[in-house]
Amino acid sequence: MSLLKIKNLKTYFHTRAGINRAVDDISFSIDKGEIVGVVGESGSGKSVTCHTMLGLLPQPPAKVEGGSVSFDNEELLNLPQSLLRAIRGKRISMIFQDPMSCLNPYLKILDQITEPILIHENVSRETAETRAIEMMKKVGIRDAEARARSYPHEFSGGMRQRVMIAMALVTRPDLLLADEPTTALDVTVQARILKILRSLKDDLGIAVLFVTHDLGVVAELADRVVVMYRGKIVEQGNTRDIFEKPSHPYVKGLIACRPTLDTQYEILPTVDDFLKTEIRKDGSFILSEHPDSTERLSKLKEKKSSSDKDTSPLLQVSGLQVHFQTGGGLLGEPRKTLKAVDGVDLQISSGQTLGLVGESGCGKTTLGRAILRLQKAKSGSIIYDKNELNNLSQKEMINFRKRMQIIFQDPYASLNPRQTIEQTLIEPMIVHGIGSNYSNRRNQIVSLLEEVGLGPEFLLRYPHEFSGGQRQRISVARALAVEPEFIVCDECVSAMDVSVQAQVLNLLRELQEKRDLTYLFISHDLSVVKFMSDDVIVMQNGKIVESGKAQEIYHQPKSDYTKELLNAVPKVSLSK
Amino acid sequence: MTEKPSTVLQGSSLWKDARSRMAKNKFAMGGFWVIVVMFSLCFILAWYCKDPNQVNLTNKFAPSSAENWFGTDALGRDLFARILYGGQVSILVGLIATAVSVAIGIVYGSISGFAGGRTDAVMMRIVDTLLAIPFLVLVIVLQATLSDWSGDATRWIVENFKWDKEFTGRLTNIVPLFFALGLLGWLTLSRIVRAQVMSIKEREFVEAAVALGYSKARILFRHVIPNVLGPTVVYSTLTVPGFIMYEAILSFLGLGVESPNSSWGVLIKEGANFLETEVQLLLLPGLFFSLTLFSLNFLGDGLRDALDVKAAKD
Repeated sequence: MSLLKIKNLKTYFHTRAGINRAVDDISFSIDKGEIVGVVGESGSGKSVTCHTMLGLLPQPPAKVEGGSVSFDNEELLNLPQSLLRAIRGKRISMIFQDPMSCLNPYLKILDQITEPILIHENVSRETAETRAIEMMKKVGIRDAEARARSYPHEFSGGMRQRVMIAMALVTRPDLLLADEPTTALDVTVQARILKILRSLKDDLGIAVLFVTHDLGVVAELADRVVVMYRGKIVEQGNTRDIFEKPSHPYVKGLIACRPTLDTQYEILPTVDDFLKTEIRKDGSFILSEHPDSTERLSKLKEKKSSSDKDTSPLLQVSGLQVHFQTGGGLLGEPRKTLKAVDGVDLQISSGQTLGLVGESGCGKTTLGRAILRLQKAKSGSIIYDKNELNNLSQKEMINFRKRMQIIFQDPYASLNPRQTIEQTLIEPMIVHGIGSNYSNRRNQIVSLLEEVGLGPEFLLRYPHEFSGGQRQRISVARALAVEPEFIVCDECVSAMDVSVQAQVLNLLRELQEKRDLTYLFISHDLSVVKFMSDDVIVMQNGKIVESGKAQEIYHQPKSDYTKELLNAVPKVSLSK
Repeated sequence: MTEKPSTVLQGSSLWKDARSRMAKNKFAMGGFWVIVVMFSLCFILAWYCKDPNQVNLTNKFAPSSAENWFGTDALGRDLFARILYGGQVSILVGLIATAVSVAIGIVYGSISGFAGGRTDAVMMRIVDTLLAIPFLVLVIVLQATLSDWSGDATRWIVENFKWDKEFTGRLTNIVPLFFALGLLGWLTLSRIVRAQVMSIKEREFVEAAVALGYSKARILFRHVIPNVLGPTVVYSTLTVPGFIMYEAILSFLGLGVESPNSSWGVLIKEGANFLETEVQLLLLPGLFFSLTLFSLNFLGDGLRDALDVKAAKD
């Protein structure tokens, strides 16, 4: 018998722009002790589904238009708040994406974990505390008795997520709703959290509804998968069935467009290769299989074995150090030195891509910025095309700025919100004296936009009128406006949905081929780096732990850290 | 975000979006229209009014009539004309002082925030020092200093340009007050601008501008300052009533606008003398004064909601 049954649920948002059908007629169920993964890209309605169940949506603008959510044969949707509160936190618990902001910084960990017990059960404080500490041990917090008395800021991100899980499970709920609980974490930490969730499910027999955008995580964890797209469920079934023989074109596209450690394509397939969307006049849409999808796929080239052309290095970095001083000052804490980049050597040949992988805080972004002299280096040399960049004056550096560019992670922050696209793209040309007059420059911009896959009708629009993927294309166009030869891509697809990520990665690939660009590709995502790079370096704590040809590093990693990273990557291979 | 048809050529800037949000805010639009009416009364209708300084001792404390709509004051001067002329001074104080303080505040605050480090520390300690001294004391001292100069200026203008002596005298009596308020009113604004600049400076589009080789001045003026204008506009609409209020306080204390010039503060002060017998002398200028302040505050609140970046994302 199913524990939770959602039937024809519809949640719409009534906004000024019109009705947004965030969740549109979905049905699925979860059995006792089962892990169900709900997968979808942003705007698919997966989180809204979760929040609707527990009555956590702000109403208005949200409105539940119909359907039912029955939990253990009790209808949740019409339940008065008082009864709903008795279920929330006791029988259904929830964990959220950001463990940093979900814990109260002023309360000790122990008080926060015992709180749900004391609210929902009539037990003494001592019993509650014993149970809390027991649960902390279960989620893998070592030295639980002592650590229970500390405050959230004394825990790392992964540890905080464990505290959140302990808090959610301490009341022995029947169902755990996990909304992107590992998205903000590093891969190695994510792997540990997933392991804990699986073992807890076996120990305690709870059911888990796991909401995520990451197919790999779902494949690793879930028994069954529900795939959502634009508020509708497009496919649901056994994890194995869905990954081995997906039937819906969207799901096929979603699985194919995600680079994995085994991807052999030169260019990634995209969702559009599989899915054809027809939008009807009333705003509803029909999804169908793209008629020539097999033909389109067969056109994708196999990746060339990375060429061994022996070109001279375009960029050569040696002994680069970037240190940050913290503390100090008149009344501040004692001065400390943070060695963000601590003696890094690397070189990139012209027309090649060097991938730079590492977990958060390893100094990879600082390294990228230091190479472009956006960050002052303490020592070391950066030789770009036979010029030592560290010796150049600010004025001389401006000519090099034209040759080396950067694309940032957050396409929302990297465009000036007060400039039209035309102004954004024309300004670098004016500054560097490219093009003779306005009409000449405008023509160049139009062809630039075309190159990144946007039409000239966008020229007079402002950044906020574009989607994330479009904005990133505009950032790419801006970087290309000065006709650079070297581009640092700093986590430039990390904030994107997989389907958009595939498009942007393909774009970068095409541009590289066409314009003979050299990339330094920085990312925490090992699969993406493998797809993009000829050579790879792995960074940890400001130092390089391993470097070499991409194929070699991924197939025969030498250092333990690289091995750990590779093992932590969730794999879509189904060896359960 | 909903997808828009690709045939739309003209984009909508954040300002344009703010304008359409503003148009839907009834209180703010109400405030806006009251201010427009107040403006036309004080600056257009006033030309067709009686002379506000025409003394008629046989007709003092006259009640409202067809001749004197609001009656007359203790010297038999027409109250309606005096309120309108007083409004000119009060509104001008608000606008000019705000303009002066916004200009200084934006430049000072953005330089301080953009430069950072030691420059920032020194510039902000100067602001701290000035903020530590009571505002009105500073204004009074500065106004006194400026007034010395303005006496010379009066003579110079009258001699060289043959301007009407009385008119010039009135002007040079008021102008020091405008500037005394404006020259000291930028302190808080500069801190707001500085904080905004510091947060904008960390945004990636500014870093992209550095990477593209733009000069510091270009980054500051084309990329940073346009993005701090929103909060600045909001804050300054809320300072206009503040300056009008300060003028009223100074005039009430007898330190601001001098007789026979009028301002709403002067009229309220004069009216207060006859509070027990002729209450309309206090109430009528007070009504104009508070109506204007309320409207400006509603307008400022409306602007804040319209320009709020969070609201801009829906």
